[in-house]
Amino acid sequence: MNAKLPLIIRTFSSWAAALLLFFPLGWLILTAFKTELQAISVPPLLTFPPTLENFSLVQERSDYLLYAKNSLITSVISTLLGLAIAAPAAYSMAFFKTRRTRDILMWMLSTKMMPAVGALLPIYVLAQSAGLLDSLTVLVIVFTLSNLPIMVWMLYSGFKDIPKEILEAAQMDGANVWSEFRSVVLPLSIGGFASTALLCLVLSWNEAFWSLNLSAAKAGTLAALIASYSSPEGLFWAKLSAASLMAIAPIVVFGWFSQKQLVQGLTFGAVK
Amino acid sequence: MSFLNLNSVEKSFGQHRAIKGLDLTIEKGEFIVFVGPSGCGKSTLLRLIAGLENLDSGEIHLDGKDITRLPSAKRDLAMVFQSYALYPHMSVFDNMSFALKLAGVDKTVIREKVERAAKILNLEAYLERTPRALSGGQRQRVAIGRAIVRAPKVFLFDEPLSNLDAALRGQTRVEIHKLHRELGATTIYVTHDQVEAMTLADRVVVLRDGLIEQVGSPLELYDRPANQFVAQFIGTPSMNIVPVQSSDAVSGALGAVAPAGGFFGIRPEGIRILPAGAGKFQGRVELIEALGADTLIYLETLGTSLVARQNERTALASGNAVGIELDSRFLHIFDRDGNVVTAPGQSKNNN
Repeated sequence: MNAKLPLIIRTFSSWAAALLLFFPLGWLILTAFKTELQAISVPPLLTFPPTLENFSLVQERSDYLLYAKNSLITSVISTLLGLAIAAPAAYSMAFFKTRRTRDILMWMLSTKMMPAVGALLPIYVLAQSAGLLDSLTVLVIVFTLSNLPIMVWMLYSGFKDIPKEILEAAQMDGANVWSEFRSVVLPLSIGGFASTALLCLVLSWNEAFWSLNLSAAKAGTLAALIASYSSPEGLFWAKLSAASLMAIAPIVVFGWFSQKQLVQGLTFGAVK
Repeated sequence: MSFLNLNSVEKSFGQHRAIKGLDLTIEKGEFIVFVGPSGCGKSTLLRLIAGLENLDSGEIHLDGKDITRLPSAKRDLAMVFQSYALYPHMSVFDNMSFALKLAGVDKTVIREKVERAAKILNLEAYLERTPRALSGGQRQRVAIGRAIVRAPKVFLFDEPLSNLDAALRGQTRVEIHKLHRELGATTIYVTHDQVEAMTLADRVVVLRDGLIEQVGSPLELYDRPANQFVAQFIGTPSMNIVPVQSSDAVSGALGAVAPAGGFFGIRPEGIRILPAGAGKFQGRVELIEALGADTLIYLETLGTSLVARQNERTALASGNAVGIELDSRFLHIFDRDGNVVTAPGQSKNNN
């Protein structure tokens, strides 16, 4: 940050940036409590008598709780599964580096650069022939796989901050790989684990592309629920906003309480 | 059979041969110091013994058992790291008891052992603190405590004092010395500081480029270095080395004969300063360093520079002309490869 900028400019620009980022969310919240007519009124209304009508309509039209349950199951299980796979991978890359470790890490990251739609057809066909279309299983598998590179990277940078001598000291003290991991590595990188888990929960919860394409009524997540409010019946802004608000509310609350860990995780390696 | 036995130990990192086939035997209870310039392989050798690096070839036997392929955890050695490597999330007590806990030792026994070690090291008041809340010297003592609690077969120290300031370093050195006298444990200590090597060691192992240059007691190395490298590495300021070509006068004056292309070596205390005109050579004072207890006098003579050490203070100043006498009892002669030809006739050593 540039310390030479006067305080007033810094304060102003921070507020501007924050408001700009918050505006869509704020507008969404406002619209969710409007009637359809108020929602499309020109000029836009800032004050109005709020209504909860939209929320009951959304619950009536589609089973919100089913979608919420699907979102919860897929994001939690894919996060746990991802951690179980990513932790040993990151561990070996951080502490048993070989000549190819760097390349493998880069390669994993590069898979995130490919547009997801490039893999849609093969994955759809695979899911279909395995009879897994519109099942929670296929969503868990795809979410886990698509988050794995990020999980490995985040855990890897967390592990790398642990001085090698501390692990060697543990070995000299008689620790095997498991006791070394449990008593030394895990407690020292618990912040990294927490932020990795949080980020992946958020990413899985918000995932839209795969849940739209691989699921329908049975295994649909909240992202699919929101999507169902768009085109076919025209745009019902108020109902769409209410559905969106219901979809993002749990993760927003969750993120609010864990923002410290999230920030720490996202700035891993950058600070220091 | 000796306690710890290294047999043709070799280790390379890529193209770099760090340890080039090295034999060493260490007796039970000995305090061994590995010393040498940076990159000589002393830390690598320690890590090979610790099992933190794998040997390329050779064997290591400890207490009659082949430990060459044994992981560190099973070698029953304890190591004190340069960076201390304490577990930052554990209290001092947990740091010191970690190894015993892993070994499944009874809790009351653990407490007893940790408390005894803490008493020896003056750490009793700090057992519940985390390493973060300790000073550098205290951390160092915790690292030592973590090692002695286990009563391992061998203690390994990897430059343990280099992160401490000068005063604390001297103090901790004395503590380690006392500790060894009390515990009598076999100890291997790596340092680049020759004062630590001279003061702590029963035997010093001088390493260079992955090979042992000489093994011996500190005074043996000082009085009878096997070669020019050891001669110059041990002792501060280091031994004066004069190529034979430029020292025909020395040969003549001392009646000593050196092989062609060889070198004369003389310790700074073997040079006596006389009034100008007296003595066998004449020279000029370049610089005086008065250290209090002793005085270093840098001289220019015979087309080369020499440093002399004397215990008395001097009234000389830079530029003064002086007479110089070389004490032939301190004269070492090396051949063109630097190997010793003649050690001083007089040796304080009894071996």
